[in-house]
Amino acid sequence: MALEQAGVPSIAIHTQPFARLAASTARAAGMPRTRQVYVPQPVVDKTPDELRGYIEGLNPVSKQRFMHEVIEGLTKPLDEEDLKGVTFERSTPRLIAPNTEDNLQRLFLENNWTDNLPVILPTEERVAAMLKGTSQPPDKVVARLRPTNFREFWEITVEKVAVNAVMAGCKPEYLPVVLAHIATGYTARSSSTTSLAMLAVVNGPIRKEIGMGDGIGAMGPYNHANTTIGRAYNLASINGQGGSVPDDTYMGTLGNWFNFSTTFAEAEERSPWTPFHVQQGFKPDESTVSIFFGGRYMTSGYGPRATWKEKFIQCITAGDHNQPPLIIMDPIVARLFVDLGFDTKEKLIEWCAENAKLPAREYWDDQWVQTLTHPLAVAGVEPFASKLKADPNEPVTLYEPKDIHIVVTGGETQGAFKMIGGSYRKGATASVDAWR
Amino acid sequence: MPELLTVHDPRGYPPKVEGKRLAQRLPSLEGKTVYLVDCLFDNSEVFMDQMRRWFAEHLPSVDTRMIKPRESWVDDPDMRAKVVADGDAAILGVGL
Repeated sequence: MALEQAGVPSIAIHTQPFARLAASTARAAGMPRTRQVYVPQPVVDKTPDELRGYIEGLNPVSKQRFMHEVIEGLTKPLDEEDLKGVTFERSTPRLIAPNTEDNLQRLFLENNWTDNLPVILPTEERVAAMLKGTSQPPDKVVARLRPTNFREFWEITVEKVAVNAVMAGCKPEYLPVVLAHIATGYTARSSSTTSLAMLAVVNGPIRKEIGMGDGIGAMGPYNHANTTIGRAYNLASINGQGGSVPDDTYMGTLGNWFNFSTTFAEAEERSPWTPFHVQQGFKPDESTVSIFFGGRYMTSGYGPRATWKEKFIQCITAGDHNQPPLIIMDPIVARLFVDLGFDTKEKLIEWCAENAKLPAREYWDDQWVQTLTHPLAVAGVEPFASKLKADPNEPVTLYEPKDIHIVVTGGETQGAFKMIGGSYRKGATASVDAWR
Repeated sequence: MPELLTVHDPRGYPPKVEGKRLAQRLPSLEGKTVYLVDCLFDNSEVFMDQMRRWFAEHLPSVDTRMIKPRESWVDDPDMRAKVVADGDAAILGVGL
């Protein structure tokens, strides 16, 4: 669209499943008549001849000759509709017209404002009570969210976060933690075709103040605060960004169960290591929320046993090659690693980064490594450029130490660990205290 | 008679949409420079190369030039400036 505005007639080619998304994105950008054409899905793994067949075939959406539409899109004179563009205001009311509980539950469900489970209806009284959980003004903007880089940002205020926190079943004292999730600016409901989810780790005194669970079942639905805060993060993301609706604002092909609620607390008191937020430069008595971007895969194990090195390498290399692991381990596992000489998280992370390797041909034969990492390697960015030069059978590392993170939680009924895809990005830790 | 409840709308605030105009179209592509912008998705380079070959065979007077942004999903102002300065039209693909 920037090229069109600079005076260069342009046409964009998409794959068929994205027709509705491309149209709604163009409309929200004020250019609904943007020229777009479609080819069948997939393009990935198709041979040159097969792709030539797409080019010489029909647009699967319009059923017209693909190349005829490409040329026409660049040469057919504009009509009146093309020239005017579309300017419009969208508004969302503060309150909804009075109705019965059953009708309102149906309205919320049909408008895709929920996670398809019943919600607590956000009456004026409940929202007012929720807002007592923070000293921040209701109209303060907490963040600007969008489901994907290609869509427009929406704004969400303290009051709107409180509305969603009511819907999720939160208590008012949880509100600063929910606000901190949103304040990171990371939506819990990315539209990525890879079916992303966000994992959220809470650190600091707030965990005990509001009764968060870091014992048995810490990562499951066994604690009211953990469960409802994580749910509120998802609901506020859905509604704060303008939706998470399949075939429009959500395109994850498989979906992800982590999109219900994945907030948990680090067991700082029972961990032998430095808490995660202190690793990021916060003080131990500060309370924070840290967001990990991923949730595409999960591997697990027990120990560390005699063959723990082989097990760790298998787990790390089994995951997506462009999504480093967040290693979540029970305090039993953490203490046993200390006994093995890993007296800091950093030492174990360094071992993982140095030893988790794959042959270069396997590393590069990954759709997202090709899409996201390969251009950087070609541009000479290290360490990717060196990996690109490696012999196909030469083992290359998957991650740098800065990419891998460890959090300790769990009830010590078993020496268990999990590795979940979870990239940690700069600025992804937000203060809870700032939202009290 | 069931009780009527007044509840909050849970949605955030969307931005105002400002209409934008399309560029004027070309009378034809004959003798024009058309940039083929490879969006860097896996295998899109192969697709765009087939586009280039199609033009070479069917519209040989069109000067097609392949170009790529610096990174996937990141705006590349230098690349855009080159297309604007040297190109008459652009075909972008293959996006999702």
